[in-house]
Amino acid sequence: MNKIVEKENFSEKVVKIVVEAPLIAKARKPGNFVIVRVGEKGERVPFTIAGADIAKGTITIIVQKMGVSSTKLCNLEVGEYITDLVGPLGKPTEIHNVGTVLCSGGGVGVAPLLPIVEAYKKAGNRVITVIAARSKELLILEDEMRKHSDELIVMTDDGSHGRKGLVTEGMEEVIKREKVDECITIGPAIMMKFCSLLTKKYEIPTMASLNSIMVDGTGMCGACRVTVDGKTKFTCVDGPEFDAHKIDFDEMMSRLGGYKEEENDKMDHFQN
Amino acid sequence: KDRMAIERVEMHEMAPEERIKSQRVEVNIGLSKEEAMLEATRCMDCVNPTCMEGCPVSINIPKFIKNIERGDILGAAAVLKETSALPAVCGRVCPQEAQCEARCFYVEKLNLKSVAIGHLERFAADFERESGVISVPELAEPNGVKVAVIGSGPSGLSFAGDMAKSGYDVTVFEALHEIGGVLKYGIPEFRLPNAVVDVEIENLRKMGVKFITNYIVGQTASLDDLKKEGFKAFYVGSGAGLPRFMNIPGENSNGIMSSNEYLTRVNLMGADSEESDTPILRGKNVVVVGGGNTAMDSVRTAKRLGAERAMIVYRRSEEEMPARLEEVHHAKQEGIEFLTLTNPIEYIADDNHRVSQIKVQKMELGEPDASGRRRPIPMEGSEYTIDATVVVVAVGVSPNPLIPNSVEGLEVSKWGTIEVVKDKMQSSIPEVFAGGDIVRGGATVILAMGDGRKAAANMDVYLKEKYLSKKVEL
Ligand SMILES: Cc1cc2nc3c(=O)[nH]c(=O)nc-3n(C[C@H](O)[C@H](O)[C@H](O)COP(=O)(O)OP(=O)(O)OC[C@H]3O[C@@H](n4cnc5c(N)ncnc54)[C@H](O)[C@@H]3O)c2cc1C
Ligand SMILES: Cc1cc2nc3c(=O)[nH]c(=O)nc-3n(C[C@H](O)[C@H](O)[C@H](O)COP(=O)(O)OP(=O)(O)OC[C@H]3O[C@@H](n4cnc5c(N)ncnc54)[C@H](O)[C@@H]3O)c2cc1C
Ligand code: SF4
Ligand code: SF4
Ligand code: FES
Ligand SMILES: [Mg+2]
Repeated sequence: MNKIVEKENFSEKVVKIVVEAPLIAKARKPGNFVIVRVGEKGERVPFTIAGADIAKGTITIIVQKMGVSSTKLCNLEVGEYITDLVGPLGKPTEIHNVGTVLCSGGGVGVAPLLPIVEAYKKAGNRVITVIAARSKELLILEDEMRKHSDELIVMTDDGSHGRKGLVTEGMEEVIKREKVDECITIGPAIMMKFCSLLTKKYEIPTMASLNSIMVDGTGMCGACRVTVDGKTKFTCVDGPEFDAHKIDFDEMMSRLGGYKEEENDKMDHFQN
Repeated sequence: KDRMAIERVEMHEMAPEERIKSQRVEVNIGLSKEEAMLEATRCMDCVNPTCMEGCPVSINIPKFIKNIERGDILGAAAVLKETSALPAVCGRVCPQEAQCEARCFYVEKLNLKSVAIGHLERFAADFERESGVISVPELAEPNGVKVAVIGSGPSGLSFAGDMAKSGYDVTVFEALHEIGGVLKYGIPEFRLPNAVVDVEIENLRKMGVKFITNYIVGQTASLDDLKKEGFKAFYVGSGAGLPRFMNIPGENSNGIMSSNEYLTRVNLMGADSEESDTPILRGKNVVVVGGGNTAMDSVRTAKRLGAERAMIVYRRSEEEMPARLEEVHHAKQEGIEFLTLTNPIEYIADDNHRVSQIKVQKMELGEPDASGRRRPIPMEGSEYTIDATVVVVAVGVSPNPLIPNSVEGLEVSKWGTIEVVKDKMQSSIPEVFAGGDIVRGGATVILAMGDGRKAAANMDVYLKEKYLSKKVEL
């Protein structure tokens, strides 16, 4: 049982939760995630650790309401407990001083990108960050990102904030303007696919952080399998980050829909 | 001589058409006291009880059975507990027909049905549990030495029990949110009710064993971190939790999953119930690939989730199936179809990337291979397809790599199992012992428990020498 000590609604759909987890706060590295379970009938669902405070013994997760499990989590209030929380899981991001790094985040994927941006900056890189959302209300962590990046470009689909356009447009502008040594992209699978296609064109090494469906998060079930370079990998223990140019994004996207009907039924059951 | 004339007792079972309605109804109902006492009279209390040689932990079989014959059931349970930490579990899931019962005098010398050792073991353990007077074993004076157990499967639990008895301060760390390992997330409740396992865990708690769930040693904290917290020695019982796939075309289509995923969703997460937030895929036609216990558990689960056709696809013949005989027998009663000498070679998906058909090939048996079983050979031109929208792959597991990957200096075999000194269960790091599936690859509950006990005995010697006899500062 882990106590929620702070909560902030970023928007109607996106909530920041700070929760007590002293050991995880100490052990976590950028790129790691946790698995949480809310209630005795709860599902095990993964969320990236968006930040940690070792002194306070807390970690931060940023949750977008999707279906039953994320909604139940978002409905918890300060002082209430998350039934189960385990981590840190997954391999941490490999962070080196490579020169200039282009970081791109879309939607709630901006949250897991934040600790990575911080770490790249700390390692001495020039960090240019492009964040994107459908509209102004859905954009998160803009100030934090600006603070840790040498340059921040904000894109919205509808032009309600920053510039109008897709995340790839902002990225391409940077790539055309200056030498980029490495790229990292986190966001919806379709966005990562197009980011990957873009950087492949310019031959820039790129990592993508995958959000496959998970159960245990320890390599035990294989629900999270993806094809990378023609081989089956388990996202939870071999990833979540992989060489974007080798990921079979189409398979990955189809697997994300593997339980769609059942998930909708669960949501209907929950709401009624 | 009249003993020999008695017919072997039959286990009472729920009717197949009733039991397939629920994942949570136990198939075997148990014996009455009268039946158990009568069955016990069949045992001839052999001077040389070969049955004990068949039991991996050498339970004193004639002794416990004779107590049942006398009606001293609690006495029988006490005999079991001398050797086995979880008799109610082993009485249910041991492959008895290949172990103790295979070596019974009735089988070896008389060519008759063996004494029903497994049923009697289950009876005695259940009787004790239901009597409510479970004896908490006597504990040695606490010695203040902290030991950690990594993994709460049968191996870790039996180790924890023995160490607590010897006076150690025992903490069990478990990665999942439930205690029990495969006993909870793998083996379904229709074979092993969770309540049976929970009573044993409760008993360990009463003995002072501490349990910490949601704690992955090597991730949440390292072995070195635990040493700094004062843990002097470790028992790794982290199991063989890594599922194997066949790497054939289309295997990553939706609807195809490992038996671990399928069984975990249902058994651990309760996805058979509408109240659970965890989804499960149901299908009219379900294929399970494999012939072991895991395959039988998966296919019988599929039946209980409403499959019209629940099929086993296995590349050898029924004779070579590693599953317990009883499971195969029960599966057949429940209407499971067995497509033996058949091997999947490709999965065909529909437009939504959901599996719709399996392409299989017929096999024939050739010469025996390294395992002593006849090698299956594909028959050219025998391919055909089977319709299925859910496929469960149950072709084996590999050792869980979390601990081998995170502990420096730990010697690991090329199969990923932890190397230990045989009979001592001590690894290349003196204060780290290991046993169960992480040492053996996929094995059995009783072997995992036996390892736990052996490790406890040897670790006790090791720790006494190192810390207790010399009165070293702790
Ligand atoms: C490594 C990793 C890190 C993630 N980090 C974040 C994060 O920081 N913030 C955030 O909002 N989301 C994150 N996600 C996604 C988040 O786990 C899903 O949105 C959540 O599980 C949806 O569950 P649900 O019951 O609310 O929705 P559902 O209606 O059940 O599902 C909605 C969609 O979410 C995906 N999903 C469903 N179940 C799971 C599952 N068990 N595991 C993974 N995905 C699932 C599927 O694509 C599904 O179609 C992450 C996922 C992974 C794998
Ligand atoms: C479906 C199924 C049916 C079976 N049926 C039978 C049967 O009928 N009869 C029989 O004898 N055997 C059967 N077996 C085999 C038997 O269950 C195993 O041999 C036995 O459970 C092994 O015990 P164990 O304690 O070594 O490991 P496990 O039971 O696998 O337990 C290991 C535990 O360690 C935890 N863990 C792993 N790494 C860490 C870590 N780093 N930190 C913390 N915790 C960790 C895991 O989460 C798990 O809970 C079956 C197996 C399966 C999967
Ligand atoms: S533990 Fe298993 S093998 Fe040993 S006597 Fe009991 S049922 Fe037989
Ligand atoms: S071999 Fe059979 S008859 Fe003899 S002691 Fe063992 S169980 Fe009894
Ligand atoms: S989530 Fe189960 S293996 Fe990755
Ligand atoms: Mg869900």
